[in-house]
Amino acid sequence: MTTRVGIEVSIALADAVKMANADVIAAYPITPQTHIVEHLAELVANGELDAEYIPVESEHSAMSACVGSASVGARTFTATAGQGLELMHEVLYIPSAMRLPIVMAVANRALSSPLSVWGDHSDMMAVRDTGWIQIVVENGQQAMDNILCAFRIAEDKRVLLPVMVHLDGFNLTHVVEPIVFPEQSDVDKFLPAYNYPLPLNPDRPVAMGDFAPPVIFTEAKWAQEVVLRDSKDIILECWNEFGKTFGRQYFPVERYHSDGAKVLLLTVGSFGETAMVAIDKMRAEGNDVGQIRLRLWRPFPFEELRQAVKDADILIVLDRAISFGGPGGVVASEVKAALYNLDKKPRIVSYVAGLGGRDITVAAFEAIIKNGIEIARTGSENEYEIYGVRG
Amino acid sequence: MEKYAVYVPRLIKRKEKFAPGHRACIGCGEALAVRLAFKALDNNIVVANATGCMEIVASQIPYTTWHVPWIHTLFENTAAVASGIEAGYKAMKRKGVQVPDNVKVIAMAGDGGTSDIGLQALSGALERGHDFVYLCFDNEAYMNTGVQRSSATPYGAVTTTSPAGKNSIGQFSWKKNMPEIAAAHNIPYVATACHSYPFDLMDKVAKAASIPGPAYVHILSVCPTGWRSPTDTVVKLGRLAVETGIFPLYEVENGQYKMSIELPKLKPVKDYLKQQGRFRHLSDDIIAKIQERVEIEYQKLVEKAENGSKRAKRKSKTGAAKIST
Ligand SMILES: Cc1ncc(C[n+]2csc(CCOP(=O)(O)OP(=O)(O)O)c2C)c(N)n1
Ligand code: SF4
Ligand SMILES: [Mg+2]
Repeated sequence: MTTRVGIEVSIALADAVKMANADVIAAYPITPQTHIVEHLAELVANGELDAEYIPVESEHSAMSACVGSASVGARTFTATAGQGLELMHEVLYIPSAMRLPIVMAVANRALSSPLSVWGDHSDMMAVRDTGWIQIVVENGQQAMDNILCAFRIAEDKRVLLPVMVHLDGFNLTHVVEPIVFPEQSDVDKFLPAYNYPLPLNPDRPVAMGDFAPPVIFTEAKWAQEVVLRDSKDIILECWNEFGKTFGRQYFPVERYHSDGAKVLLLTVGSFGETAMVAIDKMRAEGNDVGQIRLRLWRPFPFEELRQAVKDADILIVLDRAISFGGPGGVVASEVKAALYNLDKKPRIVSYVAGLGGRDITVAAFEAIIKNGIEIARTGSENEYEIYGVRG
Repeated sequence: MEKYAVYVPRLIKRKEKFAPGHRACIGCGEALAVRLAFKALDNNIVVANATGCMEIVASQIPYTTWHVPWIHTLFENTAAVASGIEAGYKAMKRKGVQVPDNVKVIAMAGDGGTSDIGLQALSGALERGHDFVYLCFDNEAYMNTGVQRSSATPYGAVTTTSPAGKNSIGQFSWKKNMPEIAAAHNIPYVATACHSYPFDLMDKVAKAASIPGPAYVHILSVCPTGWRSPTDTVVKLGRLAVETGIFPLYEVENGQYKMSIELPKLKPVKDYLKQQGRFRHLSDDIIAKIQERVEIEYQKLVEKAENGSKRAKRKSKTGAAKIST
């Protein structure tokens, strides 16, 4: 029997880490990630989760300690946000290159300056190329489910890569939602005990992190690229298996009334649920609009995206971060790149909104879609549009 | 050389963990110090190594100098990586996962990786009380990147970023007292050592590893390349650093200071400075200033050791030490 409870998403996420029976948690507090790590500290203190909780002195050390514990084969978790993710930045490249399956929740937050504790995707975009598998969730249930999936994907011997689960700061971390808790016995079956193939172990010495001269560096990086790309099949396999066990199935590109729709809106993260309301409303008014939502950010789901937009004439992409002096939204440019060489492709309109915690209401989504359609028809001098900016 | 017959059998009977074939410069004191330090340890260890000379000379895909499990990730995070290794083993052991018993984690870094960029991570790991040994191999500059100053570079020394010139005497600041900073964390064991006192070094490293909790050993390591000194004076310079009081050998065990060598009279610092190109430009005035500072610092240390031993005696008289029985 599964149970459905009204619970804050951060707490449920931490409970998922408990159900995954993590061995080591190394974390440093930052709003809006705090409730996740506070609850984990509490679970460890109460003996509900048998793990080492390392209250490190910075995020740089959080990820470094995670690298250490994962290198000896311990199941390892951390969580951070915004500035914390940026302070970790240098370390993020290490576990992906060393094939260390760490799982991290990122409570997406804007980057200073000016200081903002509120949500957007600047932090997510800044770590795009760190070699991690990156999954984006839109509600609490997805957060909980995908933490469990993240461990299974990361630890699969065909993958052995670190996984980030992105959830919007505040809009997700701090809201109470009805969430179905799985049975521990089902979780144990879905996520069996973990056995890292080549840990640091005095009985079988290995060297990790040697330096690479030019004659081998490219090969090392290519090997990393191949395994990250190939991980998509295993991610799909995992989501299938999850669907069979728990009755909720996930896809790299989630579709909402998108089949056959001429106008599509692409969203990333929790605002997608608000957008769905706008889509419903506009469809009821007779507009041929649909929505797609990016669940898998890395490896990028090229085929699934192309498939999802094949009938569309217009694709409006919503980004919650600016690539300064560049094409506007990082997601929009990636989508453009993924579709550019196709013979038949939609016109793409790049929109930026929802920075630093600014809400995008249903009415705003309607406006974005309507303006987007107009811009697609008439063209625009701008590389991208920014919604709702004053001055 | 006259003691050759005494030294050699004691040294070579222990197995090498830092094997020959690495690419350190001729006469590298740091490689010598690393080799000696690891001879003092058994095989049940995991090594976390910061970026720096010792990491670069000992690893290059597909080769390694290390006979024990070894990990290098970045420059400034070694103590944090070591924290994770220790915690990982601890958790898995408690949860019944098959892992080797009593693995000791050894973190190692240069003076730059320790007293500058890695200081925060080190302080955090010491404060949290992880069971590990931290070895700082101090060659008094960023040697790996071409001899730039660190906060451990001594006053007056020339490096590529503390050049001597019309407006500069070289390094403008006094060497950061890293062992004292480690000791200020109230950890069970802190010691200083030098490759020129091999048995003292090995004893201290072994002791550090035998004590549960964090231990810190600061090892002066002569770098002929960076110090601009002849490669055959490496051992001699290490001894002079100690005999002049510039680099005193001592231990701090549970807060108690203990000098490792009694030096009734310090040799003049000039004997040490004059043999190194990095100090060649120093005037007699500056040398006198260094002499004065060294004497003051040395005296402070001796007093700490004396006060400590007096306190210990008082304690044993009153029986205060026996309260816990
Ligand atoms: C974040 C970062 N900054 C700078 C460097 C460049 N760097 C590599 S090793 C090194 C100096 C190492 O000095 P030290 O720790 O004293 O070790 P040594 O080489 O002298 O043994 C520097 C500056 C780096 N690798 N990473
Ligand atoms: S530069 Fe100095 S410390 Fe580095 S390998 Fe050469 S002698 Fe050793
Ligand atoms: Mg150095």
